Amino acid sequence: MKPFQFYNKIKNFFIEIGELAYFAGRFFKEFFTRPFEFKELLRQCYTMGNRSLILVGVTGFILGLVFSLQTRPTLMKFGAESWMPSMVSISIIRELGPVIFALICAGKISSGIGAELGSMRVTEQIDAMEVSGTNPFKYLVVTRILAATLMLPLLIIFGDAIALFGSALVENLRGDVSFQLYFIKVFKALHFSDIIPATVKSFFFGFAIGLVGCFKGYNCEKGTVGVGEASNSAVVYTSMLLFIIDFIAVFVSDILFEI
Amino acid sequence: MEKTTNISPIIEIKDLKKSFINNHVLNGFSMQLNKGESLVIMGKSGSGKSVMIRCLIGLMQPDSGIVKIMNKNIVNLERNDLDNLRTEIGFLFQGSALYDSMTVRENLEFPLRKKKLSAKEKETLVSDALESVGLPETVNLIPNELSGGMKRRVALARAIILKPKIIIYDEPTTGLDPITSKEITQLMKEIQLKYGTSSLVITHDIDCARVISDRMILLIDGINYKEGTFKELSSSNDKRIQAFFK
Repeated sequence: MKPFQFYNKIKNFFIEIGELAYFAGRFFKEFFTRPFEFKELLRQCYTMGNRSLILVGVTGFILGLVFSLQTRPTLMKFGAESWMPSMVSISIIRELGPVIFALICAGKISSGIGAELGSMRVTEQIDAMEVSGTNPFKYLVVTRILAATLMLPLLIIFGDAIALFGSALVENLRGDVSFQLYFIKVFKALHFSDIIPATVKSFFFGFAIGLVGCFKGYNCEKGTVGVGEASNSAVVYTSMLLFIIDFIAVFVSDILFEI
Repeated sequence: MEKTTNISPIIEIKDLKKSFINNHVLNGFSMQLNKGESLVIMGKSGSGKSVMIRCLIGLMQPDSGIVKIMNKNIVNLERNDLDNLRTEIGFLFQGSALYDSMTVRENLEFPLRKKKLSAKEKETLVSDALESVGLPETVNLIPNELSGGMKRRVALARAIILKPKIIIYDEPTTGLDPITSKEITQLMKEIQLKYGTSSLVITHDIDCARVISDRMILLIDGINYKEGTFKELSSSNDKRIQAFFK
């Protein structure tokens, strides 16, 4: 790569970061001004939540099963099977669940938003909305970002619960541990310092998923090729952003809760 | 309703300039659309017609110039005032731009969102608009279930649902077969007579221009190259003008 190409890539990257920050700023500005699009917000919440439920549920169940199956032999070597519920629950609730389900939702929700808004942009539907006297940013972007922010924590809690059920099933079949005993151990092991940071960061994950999807779709160019690019880059950027947010969240909660 | 053309301008553009980096698209374009008039703007692809109408309805900010709609300069207008003004304008997009995720009814009801109307009033307006374009039976269909011509008609119904004072048509017959093009052209004429609207039509379609136009402007090199009636322009000896009518 020639030096000036490298320079341009770096420059474009920072320009895009700046535009994303401006887009986020515009979201907060529009969010606090009337009129509020409650009906569309509810529709988006239903669409995002309902349509991702099965995917998150199946992923969570398999995550719980596989995690327990893989960990069990190692714990058995040390005679520490009884630690299984505590270990699985803390890992899933604190880190694995939020990150994995957020990545799954990045693929499903963020790319979906990117493709939907992108195709609306290239077929002039966003312009049509603007011309008919409706603020498309408020109607399309604010509602979607807000819906993703509200729905993701719920999807993660649901996914965590299903993952723990999957893990309990393995323990029940392989280790003769009853469901009741398993969940008693789970709740004994979990503290607020495990649940609160994980829940708080899932709001940020949801915001990132909605924000990047909307940013890529709303600013889509270059016709149908651009729609594909918007959808694809929404997933890539969101995934990167999720890990950055996760690192910051772990760092901050480490300080606040002195784990 | 009888067609009436007053000399008072409902749209006025003066010395409009717009460029993209080194590409000067509009170089001081001026025009005016009078009340009840049907003005056709013709120009080659890339001559700046679409940029001009995007500047006209506030989708794009011009570099300089004055764009007045009903005596309001839209260049400096606040968002709410611009939105209110836009309810007086119907816009037919080249690709129809119907909302894919909504039914025909929801598409037509969308511009009515800000109006405080009862469900019955909305229903009446939707039925009237669909009757006007001859598609009352499509109300519960989604855009994917409609043909290209039907989509254009539904988009036209959406454009007239608020009974606007101005309708802007962006290449209304592009991509349609000759028969459907004639039907759409006829429909545009009927709507203008029925609602007494002023029409600004961007088109390449000579047949459409002949039927619909009271006056025409040829947009060449970013300026209004020539202005006149269809008859005047079609009989011009200027080779650049003749090229449009061959």
